[in-house]
Amino acid sequence: MTSLPEPKAGAKKLGLVIDLDTCVGCHACATNCKEWNTSGHMAPLPDRHPYSAGQEGVWFNRVHSYEAGEGEEGRTVHFPRSCLHCETPACVTVCPTGASYKRAEDGIVLVNTDMCIGCQLCAWACPYGAREFDDDAGVMKKCTLCVDRIYNETIPEDRRVPACVSTCPANARHFGDLGDPDSAVSKLVAERGGYELMPELGYKPVNRYLPPRRAPKADAGPAKEASPLPSQITNPLLRWVDKVLSR
Amino acid sequence: MNPAPSIIFFTVASGAGYGLLFWLGLLRPLGQVPQGAGFGAAACGLALVLIMFGLLSSTAHLGRPERAWRALSQWRSSWLSREGVAAVATFAPAGLFFIAMIGGDEGLARPMGLLSAAGAAVTVYCTGMIYASLKPIRQWHHPLVTPGYLLFGAFSGAALLAMLAGFWGQAATPAAIAAVLGALAFALKRAYWASVDATPPVATAESATGLGFIGKVRPLDPPHTETNYLLREMAFRIGRAHAKRLRGIASLAGFAAPTVLLLLALLVGGVPGGILALAAAALALAGLLAERWLMFAEATHTVAIYYGMPERG
Repeated sequence: MTSLPEPKAGAKKLGLVIDLDTCVGCHACATNCKEWNTSGHMAPLPDRHPYSAGQEGVWFNRVHSYEAGEGEEGRTVHFPRSCLHCETPACVTVCPTGASYKRAEDGIVLVNTDMCIGCQLCAWACPYGAREFDDDAGVMKKCTLCVDRIYNETIPEDRRVPACVSTCPANARHFGDLGDPDSAVSKLVAERGGYELMPELGYKPVNRYLPPRRAPKADAGPAKEASPLPSQITNPLLRWVDKVLSR
Repeated sequence: MNPAPSIIFFTVASGAGYGLLFWLGLLRPLGQVPQGAGFGAAACGLALVLIMFGLLSSTAHLGRPERAWRALSQWRSSWLSREGVAAVATFAPAGLFFIAMIGGDEGLARPMGLLSAAGAAVTVYCTGMIYASLKPIRQWHHPLVTPGYLLFGAFSGAALLAMLAGFWGQAATPAAIAAVLGALAFALKRAYWASVDATPPVATAESATGLGFIGKVRPLDPPHTETNYLLREMAFRIGRAHAKRLRGIASLAGFAAPTVLLLLALLVGGVPGGILALAAAALALAGLLAERWLMFAEATHTVAIYYGMPERG
């Protein structure tokens, strides 16, 4: 059914929180996403001409790099872009076959590739470019929020997070229930002023992006007293206190 | 947006076919077109051929055309599904209309003609809504898009009906209708272009990334060095100079010239009028192909913003 599930108060909304302050633009999330998903729920993710000029393929995660602002205020921001698992996803409602659907139990937006006719209307309907067409299979593919990892009882519990989250070396990606105001991700969003992309289109994305922190002004007063690097503090308690206080 | 030939041909051909079916179903009971079996079979047959070729062409755009039947299931939420249901449903009265006209069964032909006309209008309305409901493409998410699909289909269909009726020597009413619709289509398309040119994009690089609080956002490194599906499909660009010329061709050759030819056909009448109407119909269809190609080529999708391709600047 491509009609959306009835919105319920307190319903689970699984999603990602991406910290644009700490993302270093290494593309590890995109690479691990490709690696996992090419043999996962939406497998395979095809590649055309993989070893020659003109290679292109299906990826669920693309890392852009932008410059924002001018001069001293300007900064480089690395920006991973993937499915935002919207609360009102038009990619689902436009689907004529029922292949696209939003799960009532956790809000994940998926494609049933056995029913997809490959009309590609969903890709047109997504403002974020989250869906990429598989020319080989003739069906649409998209991020599954690693539905085959997060509920997978054959892998250790602490690793039951999306592949992009598990691989991020900068801890810039967080996964959790954004429908629960007390979850770690919801608190992070509240604390850091997490925002949604293109809210003006009204698709109500679930994923949130944490803004880059403001760089301290170069002329912000006298130089600070030299302090030890976190790695130089050997006492774990003091290291933790230092970490908390230096936020 | 990438102008897919299969969709362009589909929307123009089936639009004209439904337009022809609409006017035939409506004008025949009123006695405004030839009443004979030959004319009925020719007009209804041409309409059905255009519709069927259009629908077949549309399946060429599908990755899995053998599953096309599944598209009839989600009419509750999807305009594409509604279009499919309406198209299939319209075949029933249209087929009976065709048979009744050949068999001379007026008692059946009249209601079936009217039902066919209603089905045709609903189907083309659904086609328009497929495009008009897509918010990421502001040139399609526009109040004149669906009226445009209806008007262009009605216009090209009326021109075809005038052509056929001209050969049977009774083209006055359809030619007059087609001329009026041609003028209206010209005005609507001009108003549409003026409106989309004057309207700023809804989303910006700043809102797409949320980085506007820092300042102006511009791309530094792309996520991939080669092209991909998104760029091929949704970042198709046409040079502004070409767009301007094509707009001229579409509006003059597609709408203005056929209108003049139809008015001439109205004055001349008879078979020469039919030939003028034939030229008008051919020009209208060619112009509509250009118009539909532009409808895609000029449409910008918000995903292009992420790739640093703002539509202006």
